[in-house]
Amino acid sequence: MELNPVEIRLLRRFRKMYMVTAFLVSLAMTAVLLLTVFNLPAFGKAGNPAENEVIGRYIEKGLEETGAVNIVAAVILDYRAFDTLGETLVLFTALVAVLMLLKDEAGVFNRRYRERSKFEPEKDQIFRSVAGMLIPCLLVFSIYIIVNGHLSAGGGFAGGAILGATLVLYNIAYGLEKARGFINEKNFLRFITAALLFYSVVKGYSFFTGGNHLPSVIPLGFPGSIFSGGLILPLNITVGIVVACVVYGAFCLFNRGGL
Amino acid sequence: MMEFHLFTNYVEIAAVILFSIGFSTLLFHQNLMKKIIGFNIMDTAIFLFLAAKGYIAGRMAPILVEGANDPSLYINPVPSALVLTGIVVSVSVTAFALALVLRLYERYGTLHLDEILYLTRGEHD
Repeated sequence: MELNPVEIRLLRRFRKMYMVTAFLVSLAMTAVLLLTVFNLPAFGKAGNPAENEVIGRYIEKGLEETGAVNIVAAVILDYRAFDTLGETLVLFTALVAVLMLLKDEAGVFNRRYRERSKFEPEKDQIFRSVAGMLIPCLLVFSIYIIVNGHLSAGGGFAGGAILGATLVLYNIAYGLEKARGFINEKNFLRFITAALLFYSVVKGYSFFTGGNHLPSVIPLGFPGSIFSGGLILPLNITVGIVVACVVYGAFCLFNRGGL
Repeated sequence: MMEFHLFTNYVEIAAVILFSIGFSTLLFHQNLMKKIIGFNIMDTAIFLFLAAKGYIAGRMAPILVEGANDPSLYINPVPSALVLTGIVVSVSVTAFALALVLRLYERYGTLHLDEILYLTRGEHD
């Protein structure tokens, strides 16, 4: 189906109109947003409407109710733990969708990969030795961030992203065959579903205690030590596993269409 | 009387400018990859705005120091917790969109939206 000259002229005119309208729309939106910002309360001032009794409640009662020193971790993994379960499920769903779209049944990716594999960095000795030095440090760092999620900045999401990036680095430096030694498609899916199931079972107990999941059965421990904060430490670890698996799985699927 | 905070709200202004850059990228470019990049810039603008709303000058991060749980010492922890949700959703949507674009490119051999629409004209299934 070829376009005739009249259609082409109409399309050109539509294109011109579209550009003008798009320019006007974005200009108008920017103006409205800037006007809103000028009328917002001043940046960083105490006593703004955003600072209300909710913060006071979290900061005064957070430590004694959850046992976590980091109030953000207390909010996301204790007060609003179901929301975080939803987030990890969103990540999992995205990974499943990518798996469905990019799973390489016909071996097209693999053929293309072999064609360009002589340019791959895994043949590069310098890159390989630097990665060999970096990977252990990165592993320790990511585990530190995940395990200290309730004591300092970080937690399951940040540490899991670093862990996933470490796995990606290992995959690039040493090749997929070697990475399959410890993470292949089978145990990858096992890890991720086991982590999600653990999370839902552990947090699901509040359905049987009348929807109130604040009084914890687990002793909260001494504030500031690693084994404190009740369920926050195991939940951080499960979230870290899910995030690392999603990062690594997405990389493998985009790179070669399979784990 | 309404106050205007023209120069004190510079973080929010940066967020609005980033949002506009992302939005106009989304509108002006026909390349699907560039549309995804514009979408991501819009996401970062939202994160910057939310984080800025939680900040209170001269206060500490909401990690409790021993013996001090006075709310007037710490910044607002709620926006920080909300930003996390946004980041996760942004990453998921980006991964899904990139996978879709990859499939479209494999089928039609182009990333240009108009060309893809033209090529899909004859398909009925």
